[in-house]
This record gives sequence, C-alpha cells and structure tokens, in this order.
Amino acid sequence: MIRLLLTKACLAFALFAVLAAGSPSMAAPRTDLNVGMRLEPPHLDPTAGAAAAIGEIVYANLFEGLTRMAADGSIKPGLAESWTVSPDGKTYTFTLRKGVTFHDGSPFDASVAKFALDRTRAADSVNPQKGLFEPIETVEVVDPSTLKVTLKRPTGAFLFNLAWPAAVMVAPQSAADNKTKPIGTGPFKLDRWAKGASVDLGRNPNYWGAKPALAKISFKFIGDPTAAYAAMMAGDVDAYPIFPANENIPQFQADKRFTVKIGNTEGKTIVAINNARKPFDDIRVRRALAHGIDRKAVIEGATMGLAKPIGSHYAPQDAGYVDLTGQYPYDPEKAKALLKEAGVSTLKVKLILPPPDYARRSGEIVAAQLKKIGVDAELVPVEWAQWLSDVFRGKNYDLTIISHVEPMDLDIYARDDYYFNYANAEYKALYAELAATSDPEKRKALIEKAQRKLTDDSVNVFMFLLPKTGVWNAKLDGLWENAPLPVNDFTAVRWRD
Amino acid sequence: MSLLWLLRRLAGLVLALAAASAVVFILMDFLPGDPAEIMLGTNARPDTLAALRAEMGLDRPALIRYADWALGLLRGDFGRSLTYSVPVAELVWERLAVTLPLAVMAIALTLLIALPLGAMAAARRNSLTDSTIVAITQLGVAIPNFWFAMMLVLVFAINWRWLPSGGFPGWSAGPSAFLALILPAIALALPQAAILTRVMRSSLLETLGEDYVRTARAKGLTRSEALRRHAFRNALIPVLTILGLQFSFLIAGTVVIENVFSLPGLGRLVFQAINQRDLVVVRSVFMLLIGSIIIVNFCVDLAYALVDPRLRGRA
Repeated sequence: MIRLLLTKACLAFALFAVLAAGSPSMAAPRTDLNVGMRLEPPHLDPTAGAAAAIGEIVYANLFEGLTRMAADGSIKPGLAESWTVSPDGKTYTFTLRKGVTFHDGSPFDASVAKFALDRTRAADSVNPQKGLFEPIETVEVVDPSTLKVTLKRPTGAFLFNLAWPAAVMVAPQSAADNKTKPIGTGPFKLDRWAKGASVDLGRNPNYWGAKPALAKISFKFIGDPTAAYAAMMAGDVDAYPIFPANENIPQFQADKRFTVKIGNTEGKTIVAINNARKPFDDIRVRRALAHGIDRKAVIEGATMGLAKPIGSHYAPQDAGYVDLTGQYPYDPEKAKALLKEAGVSTLKVKLILPPPDYARRSGEIVAAQLKKIGVDAELVPVEWAQWLSDVFRGKNYDLTIISHVEPMDLDIYARDDYYFNYANAEYKALYAELAATSDPEKRKALIEKAQRKLTDDSVNVFMFLLPKTGVWNAKLDGLWENAPLPVNDFTAVRWRD
Repeated sequence: MSLLWLLRRLAGLVLALAAASAVVFILMDFLPGDPAEIMLGTNARPDTLAALRAEMGLDRPALIRYADWALGLLRGDFGRSLTYSVPVAELVWERLAVTLPLAVMAIALTLLIALPLGAMAAARRNSLTDSTIVAITQLGVAIPNFWFAMMLVLVFAINWRWLPSGGFPGWSAGPSAFLALILPAIALALPQAAILTRVMRSSLLETLGEDYVRTARAKGLTRSEALRRHAFRNALIPVLTILGLQFSFLIAGTVVIENVFSLPGLGRLVFQAINQRDLVVVRSVFMLLIGSIIIVNFCVDLAYALVDPRLRGRA
C-alpha cells in the first residue's frame, strides 16, 4: 500500500515537473479559472437548499431552468426557447429546445419539465422557494417539446420566478442524488468536490448550446478575509465575484493586475423593527428611528463607502424604483421631538446582530447614533442559526440588522406572521393587486406605490444596498458586474491573450 | 499488579467515553437553531420545513435519537451528515487525511525544536545562549498562532512566493500537497515548541540538582555527560505530561489554523458544521476528538510507566 502510494506520488511529481516545464511555451489563452468564494455550499442541489453558495456555483453553469436570468437582470429563454401567455394571464405554453440532454445522457423533454415542476410543489417537497410555485394549478405535457402550465391566478412574476436557481430542471432518475452528484443540462458538469476545499467543474462535451471558452472552473472556498487577500495577491485565485473584505478594495483598485467592479446585489440592508412590540407599534417611534440614523455615516463606516443608500425595501436598479432616501433626513432633534410626542422618555432596546460583517459593523454605528436621540441600544451578536430561530421564527426581538437578498421581495411585507409583524391590510391589498398584474407599466406604478407605503409607515429603517465587490484578474472578460440573483454565470467568461 | 493497573485504567477510559457521549448529545440538542431552517432559509414555508425535518429524522424523540446515535457509534457507524448527506465517517476520513499529517508534522517540529533548545539552555544555564532562548520562548508563548500564521503567509507566500498561501490540492497532487502543509505546521508548532522548550529547560535544571546527578558528577562525569546519561531521561516525565496536554491544544489550534489557511481538515469541518447545525457531524466529530484525547492521555500514562517503572505500582 505504501509502495503504491509512493509510486503514485512519484508519478504525480513527474507529471507535475513535465507540466511545469511545458507551461512557458504555451501561447494560447488559459482555459481554466480559479474562483474564490467565502462560503462552501452544504450541497449542490439548488432545489433543496437556500444557501446562496449553491446557486453561485451551479446556476447556468451546471443546471439550467426554463427561463434564465441575464447579466442585466432581464429574463431570457433558457431550456424553453419561446413561450406564449394566454390573454387572461393564466396559461403559459412553453416550446422547449430540442436535442437537450442531461450530463448522464438522458434526454430533456416536456415530461422531464413536468416532473421537475411537479416536484417543487409536491407535498414532501423540500424546495426552499416552494412559495414561488404555489400559483401553479396544473402542468401538462402537450407533446415532447410543448409544455402547458396553468396558474390558479395571473402571476406577473411567473417567468421571473422560473429563472430562480430553485426552479432549475432536474431529471427523474438523478434528482434524488443531485446534492452530491448533480446532473444538469448545463455547459459544465461536476468533475470533483473536494469537501472543505474546492468544487471543480469541467466542460460538458455534449452541451446543446454554444461551447463556453473555459474548460475548467475551480471554486475555492476561502472564508478568511486575510487568506482571501493573500490568495488573490499570490495568484492562487483569479476571481472573487464578491470579495469578502471591503477594506482591501482600494489596494486592488490601485493594482493594475486586477479589475475591480463595484456592482449591485439585491441585498437590501435594513434595521428591522418589531412593529408589534411597544413602543415600536407607534409610527412616531419608528419615524424617530428613521430620522435618528445617519445612512451616510453607516455606509461610510460599515461598507467603506461602497454601498448605495435605499429609502424603501427596493433596489435602485430594479424596474419601478423610486428614490425615497430623502423622506426621513438625518435629524436627531426631530427624532427626539417625535419620541417625546410619543411619550417615550427613556428607551432601552436590544439590537440583535447576525454574523456578517455588514451587520456587526453597522450595528456599532447605529447604536452610537441612537444614543444621541436617547435610545440605548444594547448590541447582541448572535450566530446565524440563532438569528433564524429567535428573531426570524420566534419574532423575539426589538431591532435587528439584516440584509434581505431575495430580488424584488415586496411580498414579505404582505405575509401574515412575518417577523416584522407589520400586518397592514392596506398594504396586503396593494400587494395582491401587484401580484396579479402582468402589464409592465401597471406593475411599475404599483411597485412605486408599495415602496411609498412602506416608507410612509416607516416599517423598518431602510439603510443601504449591499455592494457586489467583484475583484478579478485584469485579463478576464465576461464576469457579471451585478448580481440580479445570487449566481455566477461563467458561460461567457474568457481569458484575453 | 501491572494487569490490575491496566484494567483499572481501561475501565476509567470506557466510563469517560460513555459520559462524554451523553454530554455531547445533550449540549448539541440544547443548542438553539434548527438544521432544517438553516438549510431552507428565510423563504421556506412551514410545510417544507416539516418535510425536511422528517427527512432528516429530527421529528423523533431525543432519547430515541440518542440511542440510535450511540448504538451506531458502538458499531462504528457515525451516522449521516444532515447538510452534506454523506456518511460522517467518509467526511471524517477525508478530513483526517489533512489534519492527521498536519498534527504529526506539528508535533514532530515541536519536539525537534523544544528538546534540543531546552537541553541547550539548561546545559548552559545563565549564559547568553540560555537567556536568548528564554527570551525567544517568552515571545513564542505570547504570540497567538493565527497572527503568526498571517505573518508566515505574508513573508513566504505573498512576498517570496515560495509556498502556497492556503488551500490544499489533495494528496494526489504529490509534493505540492506536502508544501501546502508546511506553513500551517510551523504556525501550529511554534507556540507549542516555545512552551515545551521552557518545560524541558526547567525540568532538566531540576533534575540536574538531584542527588543522583551530584553522585554521578562526584564519580567524575562531566556536566554534559551527567545530563545525557542520568538527567535527560528523568526530565522527560513532565515534558511528556505537557506534550499530552498539548495534543488537545493542537487539535483546538487546527480549527483556527485550518481556517486561516483554508485547509479542508477536521477543524474546519467542525467549524462549518456548528454554523450549519449539522448536529450529526458535530456530535460524532466531538466524540472522535474527545475519544482520541482520552486515549492519548491513556497512552501518556502508559508512557510514564515505561519511562519510570516506579509508577507502574501506583494506581
């Protein structure tokens, strides 16, 4: 056994030496890419886990959906090459691409698409976004390349919902094992997952569409910010779609070897307020908090000035955005007056902070600012698991800082039993109307109305949009500047000579 | 008598392991956080959460889950990871291939540095060599290993590019796998070596003052001969004790060092598993670590008995 290992080691060494000796003479551009990621995904099945890291590896690269998200946030054909929508907005007829096969060679057709959609909404479904598929009434196979989906009610965002990582197409015979052996239809397939270290994807030779320029993508999991910086500087990693430490960004910007793109995510970072808990059930107190928090200072201190301010629960780059950042200007005196008017003289609260840097750093600054208006906020750092069970499920909190990363998630304010405890009938009616509207212009008007309503009610203190701090080798083209969904589509990435 | 001593030690060992398993299970079960919730995130619906809990077997009573797990351990079955959905044994085995060589390298380095340095300092007590060594070890004890690790990366990986900044290519990559472990092993070993050097020095100085060493000197042995032939072996007893204790520090140290160097070792596995509330992995790995520490301490006891035959009689 030892001898075998030694032989293997010698062989590997010889191979290594040959490769090392051969590399300087290679003139063609590189076709491999080493990508740095902060977190390792728990598994690789986007239809069974909410971790952003899953979609950031497999979306568009390994798995594809009926529709797909483009870099600019628009919805493009995916495995469905076209579709028609009935006038009542309830029936979608998809024409599927022909000649598509999964990595294991099995064909993709309408019966597979029906299986995948039915699986998301089955009784035992563990899909993290099951709610997206709830409007579906029936899925029918018309012929092998035609799929008819009938909805219970018109759903304006249906095509957008089908572009989510949780909506990718999976095959009946491989779906159960996708967590560790993902079988998709994408241009890359899984080569190796060295757990704790890296996920390696290789080119799928039988891909139905245009072949990608890259032959190999290796996702390396380097969570420590110092280690991430070292890995970029040493050339061990070529690209960080989201670099984990904002304080290193100026160093990369000053270095010609790197491209730095500060783009948008969908992460709306807010001070969430427990609207049901006294005295936050009083709108004057919530408005006082809004006047008492200086967004600019928080952005400067917590994100090195890289984030964009937001005035409502909506991202500036999305359709229908309206700038409401001026509605509650920073004014400690006005905040104090509002608190006095509400009969609040001394206020002691707990500000719960989950682990991400943005939350911990914003928390320090927000607490200092609140002190100036007479609100004594005790900082309570918690683990993610604890935040989910205590704050999110248990609703046992006063204030917390969190980034809501789902795109265009105005629906959460209309949910019963959500942790904001907002429960506003007027907003619910407004959202129901929006959900049923398909016309883009009418949708925009309703989205604007919804944003105004949330800001008027000062449901939460809306602070900033998390920046997408992309850092990569200056010789790389085709990486996404923005993240309309937490995904990294590498199909168009190539090295320049 | 020797056998009885061994049996008593063994009984203690089994009892300690059984108690540890109960404590580990209870602690993990009381930890706030729901693995299903972590897996499915903030958009999950209650029915989806319930479906996943059932799939993970979390809907069964705690006592049954404990019995299931403990009986599994006895059969050598560590259970199935809730997040990775692969057998824990497989995960641990993959990770041990990194952590074990790392720990062995670190211990070897520790001994290689500490024993000669400690002996040198003791042999030339109060000389310039001695005070330099003492000063350096003081620094070594004070510097935290993660800071030291960062400095090593800065110098050897970023500035000079001799060694990788982190990550592990896998043993199939040959020599580069070994190179990837050098900086982490140094970072782990140096603080331990500093402690052990001091222990070695003071222990040797103590034995050098013993009557039997004086007798040896009186018989005409030089100081270094007496040190080598009589004092060294006796001085090793406290060194072994500390080395046994250091093993547990070393394992704890790997959690930090493996994170700094992004090494896919056991420490990083535990760290990730705790964050994701992968209770099965955390429990089983804790048991493995506790078990190995208990067993190492048991071996240290045996080693005492080998070094000092008088201890064999005591219980």
